[in-house]
Amino acid sequence: MFSCRIVRAPESRRPQPWPIRVAHWVNVPLLVIMAGSGLQILAAYPMLGAQGRPYAWYPFQGIPPPAWARLGDWLAGARSWHFAFGGFLALNGFAYLLYLALSGEWRRRLFFPRRDTRNAVSTLAFYLRLRKEPPPQELYNGLQRLAYTGALVLGVLAVLSGLVLYKPVQLGALARLLGGYDTARAIHLLVLAAFVLFTVGHVIMVLLHPRSLGEMVTGGRRPDA
Amino acid sequence: MRRLLVPLRRPVLLTRRSALLGAAALTASACDSARPRAGFLGTMERVNQRLQEALFDEDQLAPELAPEDATAPGDFPQYFVSESMPLAPGGWALKVGGLVERPSVLSLEDLRRLPRTEYRIRHHCVEGWSAVASWHGVRVSDVARYVGADPKAGYVELRSFDSGYWSSWDRPSAFHAQTILAYGMNGQPLTPAHGAPLRLYSAVKLGYKMVKYLTEVNFLPEPTGGYWEERGYEWYAGM
Repeated sequence: MFSCRIVRAPESRRPQPWPIRVAHWVNVPLLVIMAGSGLQILAAYPMLGAQGRPYAWYPFQGIPPPAWARLGDWLAGARSWHFAFGGFLALNGFAYLLYLALSGEWRRRLFFPRRDTRNAVSTLAFYLRLRKEPPPQELYNGLQRLAYTGALVLGVLAVLSGLVLYKPVQLGALARLLGGYDTARAIHLLVLAAFVLFTVGHVIMVLLHPRSLGEMVTGGRRPDA
Repeated sequence: MRRLLVPLRRPVLLTRRSALLGAAALTASACDSARPRAGFLGTMERVNQRLQEALFDEDQLAPELAPEDATAPGDFPQYFVSESMPLAPGGWALKVGGLVERPSVLSLEDLRRLPRTEYRIRHHCVEGWSAVASWHGVRVSDVARYVGADPKAGYVELRSFDSGYWSSWDRPSAFHAQTILAYGMNGQPLTPAHGAPLRLYSAVKLGYKMVKYLTEVNFLPEPTGGYWEERGYEWYAGM
């Protein structure tokens, strides 16, 4: 049988191939810049909902985000940072998705409910001390796959809602899909809140498993080496 | 073994640490929040302007909204840069000039005789809020036709009696079907709080580009900046 493999199978690759490491570390400064400048932009109008129609569910109406979390000093400065670097974050995410798709890495990284739910639940039970032994895992356990796939979905939502805020008229179809300008603005902020929660959890887990930090720097050992 | 006598000097390497520090220093110097239109931030504004111009579609209209979507009149923000509300000088009229065949001075009556355009759309402020009102007036493109604006005039400048507030627009945005010189809001004549007697209104730009309290419209071959644009805000600011 004739077969042609352009790329190595994920199982025989290092745990963290270089395109993944580059994308990961490029994300760090970009996410900090986007979060900080985004919060400075929010400070100009720290409300959600259209004028005269504030959303009842939002608990922080009228309360600007803390100064230490902001970047850009003032509205024009923050907007310039946000629009100067936002495109790079989107491009980095796009390159990452492209690599996942072409390399086959998506198979060992993305969360598939049928395959991964049981493992995710068992892993969660282990962390909650309801279970003595962690379930068997390959590169990632089900919970990791769920978290990293969730972060990818957040990234896609951040870019789409950001595009609606940037061009609500020219991208009118996308604006309608996301429920309009003010809904997109709420989504954009909720995505940031979710990213912050993800990052806190991510850093805690890395502190508990320092080897994973080394792998994200060096790539880790090849399985056959 | 002369080779061994050569002092062992550490080669100057671009280590990861120095590269990171260098990149951070470069970012800090090229990204000055106080001067957002200069340095790297300014370069990226020009890159983004190209993208926005490429994305601009003159046939793309903002959706017209229903009366119940309108913002309560008291909730629609008012704003001007003068210390107190600017009031139209007696005998107010609009000067239309620049690269035009027939430089004109138009009264409100003259403007009302031109084709009337009315729509109810969402307003987008640079601060992040939105609000809805209906606006009526005459399209900038209809005024341009009336005075015979030269196709070489790629930009439109708008001047006001609000302490010299002004802005300038690219021609495609100014000639968009939903860009008008508005003399009315919510079915009523424009009030001083919203730019009486005449203001620019549009679906395709942020609020600060929509000059109120108009005195002059000039069709020009070059852009001429603007009040907030000189202070660091983006010039194109397309929606």
